[in-house]
Amino acid sequence: MATAHKHPNYMAIFWYLAILTVIELGVIFMPLGKFTIGVLLCALALGKATMVAMYFMHLRFETRTLGLVAMTPLVIATLLVFVLLPDGFAVVHQTADKKAAVTEPAKH
Amino acid sequence: MSQAAVHSAVEPAESPLTPESWGKLGMWIFLAGDAVGFGTLLAAYGMMRATSGDWPNPFSVLGINLTAAMTFLLICSSVTMVKALEWLGNDDRARAKVYLFFTALGGAIFVSLQAYEWSHLIHRGLFINGNPWGAALFGTSFFIVTGFHGLHVTGGVIYLLSMIRYVSNRSQPAASYNAVEIAGLYWHFVDLVWIMVFTFMYLL
Repeated sequence: MATAHKHPNYMAIFWYLAILTVIELGVIFMPLGKFTIGVLLCALALGKATMVAMYFMHLRFETRTLGLVAMTPLVIATLLVFVLLPDGFAVVHQTADKKAAVTEPAKH
Repeated sequence: MSQAAVHSAVEPAESPLTPESWGKLGMWIFLAGDAVGFGTLLAAYGMMRATSGDWPNPFSVLGINLTAAMTFLLICSSVTMVKALEWLGNDDRARAKVYLFFTALGGAIFVSLQAYEWSHLIHRGLFINGNPWGAALFGTSFFIVTGFHGLHVTGGVIYLLSMIRYVSNRSQPAASYNAVEIAGLYWHFVDLVWIMVFTFMYLL
């Protein structure tokens, strides 16, 4: 049973993860826009997380059912973002209105 | 059954209904729920940060030298975990136990470093209800998210140490293979969550 499991090259995955971490640390100091750095960091983190799940957690070699279970939180997290966005915008508008109310009398 | 045909090309020994698969399925369902828990915490963090006018710069307040080392440590402990499983697959119980111990040790060092980091930050004035740099929620979210993860690591260390005992008590090393693989799933998940926490709370 145990010998039937095919193992990926774990050390290669380790080096990929280590190199991606170094790149992450390097990205912060790059002369790029805040948004670009944010997108790059998210992409690198997702890449590392995918590697851990696929190779260390053997998801790549498992049945489709386990893959579907593993995907569920991603779907829920995506929904969560859309649930939270309206509230987020509402708070931002409120604080913007308050700031406008405070600064307006000073202009007159 | 075309699906079965596709999978048999990858791994002919495993059918979807073996007892091993059920154990793994249980752990994966638990992890999926746990992932939603962490996802909610991180989403709340992002929401509070985005709507706050005076959120401190995490990078300059927290510093990343120590946490980068902690990230590397957790990746290393993931490697010792898969090595432990590999040795168990090769019927080498003694080496498997040593690597399980290294994995637990890595987790214990991680939690110790986190305790050190926390005490250092608390001395500088970062509290759960306020801090000198800006929004009070910064400290709240920092301690709750890293604390929740630290609790997972602590639980993982206990889990791994109990697995060493479990491996010792089986008549055959192969008999504990499945249970150790499931413990590994939990441990790698803790590593995976830290990758996300490190990115969102320290780097961004």
